[in-house]
Amino acid sequence: MRFLFKTDYEDDIKLFPHSGYLVSYGILLALLLIAPYVLSSYLMSQLVFVCIYATVGVALLILTGFTGQASLGHAAFLAIGAYTAAYLQKYNVPFPVYFLAAGVLTGIIGAMVGFPALRLTGIYLVIATISFALIVEEILARWESVTNGNEGMRVKTLSLLGVTVPRDSPTFYYLCLAVLVLTIVGTLNLLRSPTGRAFVAIRDSETAARSMGVNVALYKVKSFAISAAITGFAGVLFAHKLSFISPEMFTLQLSIEFIIVILIGGTFSLHGAVLGAIFIVMIDPFLTYLKDDMPGMIAGVASTFGAGPAAAGSIKSSVAAFASLNGLKGAIYGIIIVLFVLLEPLGLYGRWLKIKLFFQLFPLYKRATFKRQKIYVKSERNR
Amino acid sequence: MLDFVQQLVSGVALGCVYGLIALGFVLVYKATEVVNFAQGDLMMLGGFFAFTFIGMMGLNYWVGFAGAVTAMALFGMLAERVVVRPILGYPQFSVIMATIGLGYFLRSIAGMIWGTDDLKIETPFSQGVLRIGSLVLAYDKLSVIAATMILCTLLWLFFNKTTLGTAMRASSENMLAAYYMGIPVKRVVSVVWAISAAVATCAGVLLAPITFIHSNVGLVLGLKAFPAAVLGGFGSIPGAVVGGVLIGVIESMAGFYLPEGWKDVAPYIVLLTVLLLKPEGLFGHHVRKKV
Repeated sequence: MRFLFKTDYEDDIKLFPHSGYLVSYGILLALLLIAPYVLSSYLMSQLVFVCIYATVGVALLILTGFTGQASLGHAAFLAIGAYTAAYLQKYNVPFPVYFLAAGVLTGIIGAMVGFPALRLTGIYLVIATISFALIVEEILARWESVTNGNEGMRVKTLSLLGVTVPRDSPTFYYLCLAVLVLTIVGTLNLLRSPTGRAFVAIRDSETAARSMGVNVALYKVKSFAISAAITGFAGVLFAHKLSFISPEMFTLQLSIEFIIVILIGGTFSLHGAVLGAIFIVMIDPFLTYLKDDMPGMIAGVASTFGAGPAAAGSIKSSVAAFASLNGLKGAIYGIIIVLFVLLEPLGLYGRWLKIKLFFQLFPLYKRATFKRQKIYVKSERNR
Repeated sequence: MLDFVQQLVSGVALGCVYGLIALGFVLVYKATEVVNFAQGDLMMLGGFFAFTFIGMMGLNYWVGFAGAVTAMALFGMLAERVVVRPILGYPQFSVIMATIGLGYFLRSIAGMIWGTDDLKIETPFSQGVLRIGSLVLAYDKLSVIAATMILCTLLWLFFNKTTLGTAMRASSENMLAAYYMGIPVKRVVSVVWAISAAVATCAGVLLAPITFIHSNVGLVLGLKAFPAAVLGGFGSIPGAVVGGVLIGVIESMAGFYLPEGWKDVAPYIVLLTVLLLKPEGLFGHHVRKKV
């Protein structure tokens, strides 16, 4: 293992703690750059969704993970971004302009949501953001002159500097990847700036932050605005990827999926957003794969353990019947969320850190390092 | 005028159902500071249990009702034991996520078991109307209002007049202190979940004549019951019912007098307005914070 001796404040806020990080992230980036030439078009499409979800995940992390303001309304910000792009595109506005416009507009609306949210905490904030999202959903469905109502809007192919970029081309993937990387680097820089420190201070204790001279109201609104703006950018890409948007795509379900992204990835590090995005995007194809192949696999296992062909066949058909049950996906979602909260509250990235620490400390690893302590809280009303 | 009263009564009846679900939120929140996002789904499950007992097994309405309430109370305890107790006292965010997960699970499982069709329970109140002059009031709506009033009285008596109720109030104020005073906090929490599941079941059964029961009804109504609970100030039992009735009346008035589309958003607009003016809800207490 490598020991890092920090002798300077600058050491504490470096983007890359040591050169090993540069190498591993460099390799990862190189792999991502050659991905379009290696992977199938289906996987590429999934990778684009991973990029978009991860961008939203990072945005949500700024707000929920680092400022401590839970939001169940991010689908609405995504929708605003997507609709802005689709609407401006009708008037032949070039891509860079409507891309920026979507981010700015969503950021302004985010700040407007942030203002009423100033006085709200915890559950009240969650409900307020849900209300906001439901109202936006209804507006999208009713404001037919702009949004075309429930019929939805067709999004034209992206054209950048006179070149058309189809939604399944490598260039579009590079664009999404660039947005994701820029978002991550920007957020890392934001988090080591005074603004980011103020966010974390507000998360840890609002009262303490205020007494340290942090303007809590200003930074909460800033956090909302930044988070919403990034989500708006992601919304433009989302609209282009889907090439068709309608109000029923941006439901509470999608907001919950974004929360799941950061929950499963881990709410304390940006790695979590990416890992969570990979998880949430890949779970659908994985379940389809299980549905198609699992019955055969289980029947194969059964026959190696001495079950006759008739028994194996009946096992296969019953497993297939189970796997094609209607609500299986929802049930698996539910079980995964509950298990993550109960067993791995730090998420996938937390698990990775634990594994890494185990090997770093190998003979000296203590099992109780990450053990959660039982706590009784005082009522939030008296806190 | 007649229309107004008619709308008012159906709004109040629907609002009582919201209030009952909100009551479940508030009970659990008061005792454990946990917000149960699966409350609506508990209601849905209660409705399905009642349907199984009454519609499929052909039991008497009241026997089936009691059976469903008992079964759901046990189920509430089970859910508390498995999902909530291990994370009691952790940040609200994780608890919210755990109950959202529970809700997903219940919805899908109910869809698998009972199918995705709309189901209907035959109740003694399904038919028949009360006529006062030219005013026509359906029994099913009146029954909801009456049952809500009875349940609220019972709960009020329970919380204020019984030892267990006092223990619940104590552990909601300060779990650690209650624990030191010899209150079995864990058992109290368990009972609170049983009660809130039972209340949710009552809401589900009472709702059955008004709306059909299907696996998503919990999500839909749960989302309406949230504003109800918040409007009344999370943590206030009368507030939950008043908030529920307000939401119900607003919704039914908006559906009748305003253009289409307002019905679904009006409750949320009112909620946001109230939160802007009074962030702790209508009946909530404002408390100073300490670091």
